[in-house]
Amino acid sequence: MADPTSDSTAMAIDEATRRRVIAAVAQAMFDHVEELTALDQAIGDGDHGLNMKRGFEAVMADIDTHAAKPLPEALSGIGMALVMKVGGASGPLYGTLLMTLGKQLPAEPTRAELVSAFGAAIEAVKARGKSDFGQKTMLDVLGPVHAALRDGGDLDTTADKAADATVPLKAIRGRASFLGDRSIGHMDPGARSSALMIHAITNVLETPA
Amino acid sequence: MSNVGIVIVSHSANVASGTAEMVRQMVGDEVPLAYCGGDPDGGLGTSVEAIMQAIDAAWSDSGIAILVDLGGAETNSEMAIEMQPSERRGKIVICNAPIVEGAVMAATEASGGAPLEDVKRTAEELSPA
Repeated sequence: MADPTSDSTAMAIDEATRRRVIAAVAQAMFDHVEELTALDQAIGDGDHGLNMKRGFEAVMADIDTHAAKPLPEALSGIGMALVMKVGGASGPLYGTLLMTLGKQLPAEPTRAELVSAFGAAIEAVKARGKSDFGQKTMLDVLGPVHAALRDGGDLDTTADKAADATVPLKAIRGRASFLGDRSIGHMDPGARSSALMIHAITNVLETPA
Repeated sequence: MSNVGIVIVSHSANVASGTAEMVRQMVGDEVPLAYCGGDPDGGLGTSVEAIMQAIDAAWSDSGIAILVDLGGAETNSEMAIEMQPSERRGKIVICNAPIVEGAVMAATEASGGAPLEDVKRTAEELSPA
């Protein structure tokens, strides 16, 4: 297995691993529908859990096709499924994240290439959502995780801390922004779903099949 | 050249069809019009797929003005525009206007043969600067 701590060693993520990652991320969404819904009911329109579930049900329906493709095409295909099926703004946002990763990554990326592609994908999400860091969105998890990936930090701890750190923030984008100061005191549902995805991915990549 | 087409994208199928009904009352069949509302399962939300179909249904070589309600409708409409063939992309705009009033104003402007930028401006005159 390639040493994931090296910047210049290409990581081969084979079909079986791709399948496990996809299934694990989908399962994480299915297992947390109620939690994501509750978070979204507090500050949004309450559909994030069901939207993510719908999106990943569509992904799972085609898991054979997705997993069989090389990493970039697999990411693009999953991103497109989320765009088409999620039904809320999180569809285009997560879809843009994955499709940009698909566009930027080679089939067997080095850590440096992964860092660079993830950075580009975060910029694409900012553009899609007309948003930036510190506005109580998924970006507030993706940004710190990107920095941890670049600097060799722990991705899981970073993701959880970053999601927790959205609690005191005031929402400026999305439906939560209508609440103004009342959005303060709740975790952002998109930050939470991002952290859940990070956990699912690292869990698979760090656990031998 | 045909009149600019109008596409209405609401989170609610009822709001979308009701808005379209008001537009039709104003302009009859002079303006290509399509609408969509609801997520892919029929709940409240919007669907990129449905927006793309609405753009196809209302397509005019003079362009399309899209009216949206809340944030997700705008994000999904932007996504739907990006997924259009390149020759279409530059001819589709999202109006920053209230959905019902904006659709009626935009359609009225479009029914007189106004170009896309005038249709958009007329709809957006309803928004606070």
